[in-house]
Amino acid sequence: MTAIAPVDNSNTVPAVPTKSTSGKAVARKTGLTLGAWIVGLIVFLPIGWMVITAFKPESAAETWPPRFTFSPTLSEFTIVFSGMGPYITNSAIATIGSTILVLVLGLPAAYALSVRPVKRWRDGLFFFISTKMLPVVAAIGPLYILVLRTGLLDSIWALIILYAAMNLPLAIWMLRSFMLEVPSETLEAARLDGAGRIREITEVIMPVVSPGLVSTALICVIFAWNELFLALNLTVTKAATMPMFLISSVPQEGLYIAHLSAAATVASVPVIIVGWIAQRSLVRGLSMGAIK
Amino acid sequence: MAVLEQAPPTAPAGPRPRAMSAREKWSRRLPLLPALLYTIIVTQVPFLVMIWYSFQSYYWNEPGGSWFNGVSNYAHVFTDPDFLNAIVRTVTMTVIAVLLTVIIGTALAVLLDRKFPGRGVVRTLIITPFLVMPAAAALIWQGPMLDPNFGLLNYLLAPFGVNHEAWLSNHAYGTVIVVMVWQWMPFMMLIVLAGLQSQPGDVLEAAKVDGASAWSTFRELTVPHLRPYLELGILLGTIYLVTTFDQIRLMTQGGPGTQTTTLPYYLYEKVNYAFDIGGSAAAGVVTVVLTIIVASFALRMFARVFQFEEAR
Repeated sequence: MTAIAPVDNSNTVPAVPTKSTSGKAVARKTGLTLGAWIVGLIVFLPIGWMVITAFKPESAAETWPPRFTFSPTLSEFTIVFSGMGPYITNSAIATIGSTILVLVLGLPAAYALSVRPVKRWRDGLFFFISTKMLPVVAAIGPLYILVLRTGLLDSIWALIILYAAMNLPLAIWMLRSFMLEVPSETLEAARLDGAGRIREITEVIMPVVSPGLVSTALICVIFAWNELFLALNLTVTKAATMPMFLISSVPQEGLYIAHLSAAATVASVPVIIVGWIAQRSLVRGLSMGAIK
Repeated sequence: MAVLEQAPPTAPAGPRPRAMSAREKWSRRLPLLPALLYTIIVTQVPFLVMIWYSFQSYYWNEPGGSWFNGVSNYAHVFTDPDFLNAIVRTVTMTVIAVLLTVIIGTALAVLLDRKFPGRGVVRTLIITPFLVMPAAAALIWQGPMLDPNFGLLNYLLAPFGVNHEAWLSNHAYGTVIVVMVWQWMPFMMLIVLAGLQSQPGDVLEAAKVDGASAWSTFRELTVPHLRPYLELGILLGTIYLVTTFDQIRLMTQGGPGTQTTTLPYYLYEKVNYAFDIGGSAAAGVVTVVLTIIVASFALRMFARVFQFEEAR
């Protein structure tokens, strides 16, 4: 099995001039390019509008017709930054804490399902994935009571624990796919050299897996950062996260659209940047390691 | 090949399973145990507690705790039209949304599977909806985009005769689906694009040389090649879309009336507004039973998708 990064097939068009270089084909190509750009911009429009609106003064945000020219201001951002402190801290703790927990639990588990597999590794894999199919949503009432009784209501620990459980199956599948990339010859050679299990892991497996570790962590960060359902049900104020901050930025009355847009922009930007940087690993993570 | 072969390399990994000593077996199991125990405790215990509460009358805002009330929670749930409608609505919304993400995602992937100026930028623009915090996206759609009085969408559609349409009041169901699709089609696009780009170029070229039309090449070669990718996308897309909550909570609150009340939102309301733990637990048990039925098919599909290369 060879794992190749996606091939760019557009290079394989024959260099010899063929019918496809006629004027009609050129027009078609230009049309498709133009179409792709237009579609891209339409898809991006709501996000672009969010960012534009965030720089409007509140009075320019709720007008008909919508205004495209205005003198940009940072005043809404200033208000957002002054209010979001505890929320963004909670989000950061829940996201980073749960991701570390996922990696600590997931790495050895992935090892036990790939490099030195347990006998029933297939059942193990399917158990983990099946927990993603039993929606935690269904058990939210009992979960609320459990969290309440264990004193974890409105505690960041509840979110860390649950986010870790939410992302662990994904991470195990993904990490496993990276571990399977360690060539068996290399493992064999290390063993013949008398490398113990520890050396095998630190010197042979980890160097191959560490880029995968980063992409796994990024995927976990995206899902934990964006999570709302559990945060909404299990936190009130002390442990409330950024999605909760967004909800609180919609007041009962008064103008709020510019303020909301600024808050939404600030809340989304970290993950958007992480995702842009990690585009390649995104595919792999989202397909649970099935697609490289 | 871009799709991973799933069998672990058993050959060099020490003695064959049958010859494994008990010690070797346990040393293999040990690294798996923490994750396994953690997952069992955190994900399965709430479900056991749920079964217990589904036979109790328990309102968490009232003193007096819970008491056994037999199957009356279940009787309520099964005669609650809101619950039954929520099930149907969850299924129809998920199916429509998944189908649309597949169709649009595939079209976008085909569009992006050629070299053109700015391809990377367009790709980046298209994946961004998936990265935006769903709560942020929902609120941006609800306000700046869809507001009947000042929303950008009505402005852009005005030339087509749309006049200050209140999308979330008059077309809540469709509008929520549109936002779900907008958020999830990049996911499908990425998976299909990976499939398209893993096609061996020489086969496509041979088809071209043989004079096959673009459409017949797509149908005869590309679609069969894409099949496992589409299956994977549909499977994972369903898992994520069926639990859609943020958009509904923030855009429609399940309304107007109960027009967009799906199961997640129904359960949320039962816990947060009716304080009814017993009732929510019974509804949860029914949901889980239904999910298990669907999931057992899904797991079989998973097994097939992840092994299709071994089977070759």
